[in-house]
Amino acid sequence: MTRHTFILNGTSVTVDVDDDVRLLWVLRDVVGLTGPKYGCGINVCKACTSHLNGKAFNPCSVRVKDILPTDEVTTIEGLADTVPGDLHPMQEAWLEYDVAQCGYCQPGQIMAAVAKVRQARAKGRTITEADLDEIRNVCRCGTYSRIREAIKAGADHM
Amino acid sequence: MAPSQSTPELPVPPRPGTSRRGFLGYVVGASTLVVAADLRVGTPAYAAVPSAPQIAEAYDLEDLQTDAARPTAQMITISVEKDGTATFAIPRMEVGQGITTSTAMIIAEELDLPVSKVRVSLAPARPELVFNQLTGGSNTTVSTFTPIRVAAAIAKGALLEAAAIELGSAMALLRSKDGVITAPDGSSVGYGELAAKAASAVTRKVQVVLKPSDSFEVIGRPVNRVDARDIVTGRKKFAMDLEVPDALPTMVCRPPTLNGSPKAVRNLSAVKAMPGVTDVAMVDTGVAVRAATFGHCIDAVRALEVDWLPGSVDGESDATILQELRGAQVPLVVPKVPVLAKTVEADFTFMFRSSAALEPYAAIADVRADSAEVWAGLKSPIVAQEDIAKATGLPQGKVKVNVVTGGGSFGHKLFGDHAIEAAKISKAMGKPVRLMWHRADEPRQGRVHPMATSRIRATYLAGQVLTFEQQHTSIETDFSHGLGEMLSSSAAELPAGLGNLGFAESIFQLTQELPYDFGAVTQQLTETDSRFNTGSMRNIYSPDVRCANELVVDQLARAMGKDPYRFRLEFLKDERTRAVLRRAAEVGRWGRSMPAGTAQGIAIHKEYKGATACLVEIDCRPETVNRKVRDGVTGPRVTKAIIAVDAGLVINPQGLKAQMMGGFSDGLALALTSSLHLRDGHFLEASWDNYFYTRQWNIPPEFDVVVVGSDSQQPGGAGEAAVASSVAAVACAFARATGKVPTRFPINHDSPITFDIKSFVPPVPQSPVDGLNHTY
Repeated sequence: MTRHTFILNGTSVTVDVDDDVRLLWVLRDVVGLTGPKYGCGINVCKACTSHLNGKAFNPCSVRVKDILPTDEVTTIEGLADTVPGDLHPMQEAWLEYDVAQCGYCQPGQIMAAVAKVRQARAKGRTITEADLDEIRNVCRCGTYSRIREAIKAGADHM
Repeated sequence: MAPSQSTPELPVPPRPGTSRRGFLGYVVGASTLVVAADLRVGTPAYAAVPSAPQIAEAYDLEDLQTDAARPTAQMITISVEKDGTATFAIPRMEVGQGITTSTAMIIAEELDLPVSKVRVSLAPARPELVFNQLTGGSNTTVSTFTPIRVAAAIAKGALLEAAAIELGSAMALLRSKDGVITAPDGSSVGYGELAAKAASAVTRKVQVVLKPSDSFEVIGRPVNRVDARDIVTGRKKFAMDLEVPDALPTMVCRPPTLNGSPKAVRNLSAVKAMPGVTDVAMVDTGVAVRAATFGHCIDAVRALEVDWLPGSVDGESDATILQELRGAQVPLVVPKVPVLAKTVEADFTFMFRSSAALEPYAAIADVRADSAEVWAGLKSPIVAQEDIAKATGLPQGKVKVNVVTGGGSFGHKLFGDHAIEAAKISKAMGKPVRLMWHRADEPRQGRVHPMATSRIRATYLAGQVLTFEQQHTSIETDFSHGLGEMLSSSAAELPAGLGNLGFAESIFQLTQELPYDFGAVTQQLTETDSRFNTGSMRNIYSPDVRCANELVVDQLARAMGKDPYRFRLEFLKDERTRAVLRRAAEVGRWGRSMPAGTAQGIAIHKEYKGATACLVEIDCRPETVNRKVRDGVTGPRVTKAIIAVDAGLVINPQGLKAQMMGGFSDGLALALTSSLHLRDGHFLEASWDNYFYTRQWNIPPEFDVVVVGSDSQQPGGAGEAAVASSVAAVACAFARATGKVPTRFPINHDSPITFDIKSFVPPVPQSPVDGLNHTY
């Protein structure tokens, strides 16, 4: 067991856990944050999508030892605190379009959406249909169309 | 193996109507207002269609499920709390289909309370409900609509009585709105304040009249999901998110072939000594590992060296199972038709498919010496409770089964496999466990939709279809989750001709209906082989049966020189189905000119007391088919989809639309991309990068749902209603675009395997470590 420190949703946390344990299990089983979901454990379903220093990443495929003390990890639980107001505009858009069905994939979908919009912005453009086609997050309920609408609407307020 | 009989005689079963009579219920003795209604009241009566109907037309699976409960006393209760909210524990399971929202709406409507002040939770297993705690067959709203309204109306009556005393006014003059009761003089009192005053010291019987539907203010209006905020903030809890003391992560090392079992562990002490591991125990399904995190579980599962006993289908493959199905097929009859009649014949194969949801099987179990408690997503919790009692040797009354909202089901959670396995492991280890199936376990060892063939022979002459025979031959579907017992218990009430059939054949006859005037219609199911883990995947038989039907309808239309849409309009028997078909054709602009390699397809389906029609446009041109997506399947792209639906009385049109789109998403995958390949006794697929469920890049850019107005005063089922018409419409469009009728589904099943097959020993893949290279 080794001590690992990083910034989680704005607060520095230290966990005592083996080096190789993937960050998803550190978040869920050690820290007790259950917003990031398990759907595959091999970085294909994207249900655990969270942010590392503002970029989308999948904690199921990152060892805790590869996270630095200065790294900022943001999960769905901390997304709203990154902006003024009650909720992040993408969360508001999700409510407005009533996107969710079972809700299991949606924390990951929202985190992916925010990163996708930021990625397009960084390239100096707004989000396109082709960008949306690149989103790999699985939704077994089939909410894909509302996800697309909500991302476009949420982007307008980001 | 015996084929079912076709179109038996059809007496209409006697049943009570739903005329606007008073309903009986109870104010229950308690310190706050608690009301109760019998879960059996006011179940709908459906008239039989007078012309030579099939069974499902006059009495279907909805009626069976609704009838099955009659012999037992069963109550549902609503409480009005001192904070002005109403609470209700529904004996059904929320899996994303939106029943907690629609139920809150039904209570809000009858109680004159805002939806936001109604709290709907999921009831734990209640064995006294016998058959009336099964979530399936799109039956929740059909069966609970009236009883819930009766209870809510009784609550409102009790509140009005209490308010009359409180406000010194006659009850008839009071107005209730938004949880407040107001007297003519303007004085008012809230439900919260009345909750204790309206309570009764003793239980008493009361009679109520329900609101007429023309004064509905909540029902029929779009309402957002009640759990939406919890979902978008990550607060919504699923089974594996629950905090149960000492319930450490637990995973099972599973056999390399389907349904194998462990014989011995060769390195038990080495694995027990691995970091984080607390326990290792052998159970019938594999070797369970309990550890500090699921990461430690994965490491230990991969490290286990196990001697395995054979599985149930060792050595079998798609080809051998198909051969077996061919051997079980009943020959098509040579119909007695005029010599000039022409014949259309077709033969389709539907491959194995996984019904797994995104949330894998997960359950928490705490089995002690004299009692047990389990938490899991369960659509049939009473059966799970019985099975857990058996597995642990405890009396059923000592097993508490908590029902947790599920991350999807699609029929997968009808079975308590996960809860039973967790209980066995907890008993073996003597500790609480938090069991989760690895994703790889789901397609490889979990429940599947069975492989089937469907053969059709139709004859026509002089503009009429004379005969239509369909022989559906399938690997057995397991109905031991309660629906089977429901059938036995209701045997006496079933239409004649069903009594002697097996469960599966009965359910086939209760769900299948060819809604066209096609002369002598025969649809039969023959089943064989019970070695697979099967279940009722969303819409059970209908996606396959109707896909086959509608492809042949297109072939008949072509053979008879008619447009597929007009042909359907001409031959459909009932006006509701014609109405949705017309609407889909109109909104989707049926018949517009399309470039070569692209085409429209249209199909209908009638089930669940409603009807759907689906129109799609598909692009099968090489530049589209061959577009590349990393680790994903592209192929033909459906560029437009329109679903028109008549679901009877609609509670929440927004929820209905979501169910239609989700159903389409399933239908699209069933037609084009998603299947399991059986080879050497095991399924090859092990995760979402090789089980190709519909993804963002497969979804039609143009996608709409039209809710068609209905005269029906009763709700129909929504959860499964769109699947069959969607798969059929996509298949028909594909056939029209390519000029070739597909005979095997999904259509890409025989394409070369493009993915790396994950190892069978160890049975789960290690998590990658390169996640930081894939940030964006």
